[in-house]
Amino acid sequence: MIREFGLIDVMYLIAAARWTLALTATAFIGASLIGIVIAIARILPFAPLRWLAAAYIHIVQGTPLLVWLFVIFFGLPLVGISVNPWLAAATAFSVYGSALLRYVIVPQSVRVAIPPTVGFLVQLIKNTSLAAVIGFVELTREGQLTAAGTYKPFAVYITVAAIYFAMCFPLSQWSRSIERKLDVAR
Amino acid sequence: MKYGLQFRDVFAAWESILEGVWITLLLSGLAMIGGLVIGIACAAARVYGPSWLRRIVGTYVEVIRNTPLLVQLFLIFFGLPSFGVRLDGLTAAIIALVINLGAYTTEIVRAGLEAVPKAQVEAGHSLGLSGLQVFRYVVMFPALKAMFPALASQFVLLMLATSVVSQISVEDLFHAASIVQSRTFRDFEVYTVIGVLYLGLAFAFRGLFAGIYYWAFVRR
Repeated sequence: MIREFGLIDVMYLIAAARWTLALTATAFIGASLIGIVIAIARILPFAPLRWLAAAYIHIVQGTPLLVWLFVIFFGLPLVGISVNPWLAAATAFSVYGSALLRYVIVPQSVRVAIPPTVGFLVQLIKNTSLAAVIGFVELTREGQLTAAGTYKPFAVYITVAAIYFAMCFPLSQWSRSIERKLDVAR
Repeated sequence: MKYGLQFRDVFAAWESILEGVWITLLLSGLAMIGGLVIGIACAAARVYGPSWLRRIVGTYVEVIRNTPLLVQLFLIFFGLPSFGVRLDGLTAAIIALVINLGAYTTEIVRAGLEAVPKAQVEAGHSLGLSGLQVFRYVVMFPALKAMFPALASQFVLLMLATSVVSQISVEDLFHAASIVQSRTFRDFEVYTVIGVLYLGLAFAFRGLFAGIYYWAFVRR
């Protein structure tokens, strides 16, 4: 049966956005942990470790996030770790994010590091939409389900886009205003 | 339980994979050309245009940069038919990628344009060059040189991001993976091979852009 796309669906979508945020937060922590290890490896006076860290960043940055999602989703069970979409997504985003973080960790002062960190968060929020592909129910997946149920794909996806925008735009603006202040200070 | 990795079946399906590489290259190439054209036009509009036009371009850039590509793709492919606009997957994918890349390119080109000193533009005018000539020779050329690295890395990111078009069943490289997977059940091996291929493509594009940079800006 086809139901209407109503206020209740919008509420469901907004509720699903909390999983987007949860995944973003988990990935942010995971990426920071891996990123710190990589950053340390890159400054240690032991060349092979530096090469390994550099290779890691090149490989992660040279492959699509989707591939990471699937490699981890299918790869972890091979080494005896059972996965669910949540674990696979959190791991993949941590790996993916850690390679981006090198731009963030290197700056010395915290103030200087804020704008790229916020930019990184915006990127993470947007990219978590890909977790929908392995069946993790966050905002985009909830949108797909709602679109299938109501047969109002345009209204549904516009709403989904609006919710993403509401999460990302304030962050983008905030990061820009800090950047501008830093420019003036310099 | 011990799992033996086995790549033979995956490599046996090289024809599907090659077909996917071709579609990914095609999508990336078209999106890069379209995105660059939109980016230059919108950046020029944003820097030199009247305020209402600047506002429209600004909104376009912000809306695209603050929403996921996957959702933009779904809106165009699944949403537009509500208005009677029915696009096949490949067309929808190209449109979504061009619109998406256009927004990012606009910001990069805008930064490049704004970095050109005003005195240089005035010097161009005083030499009797027309507005378009000044834009082309005095502004665009040095601006392109300055923004080339940022543009190149954005383009490589776009090439990797084209993998999402598989979600509206465009038969790109990533889609080829799911076909081979369903045929061989070698999930992990398939996605590893595909990952290595994307890595190769990323390196190839970086090399290509380095070559273009050398050819266009260093050699002369």
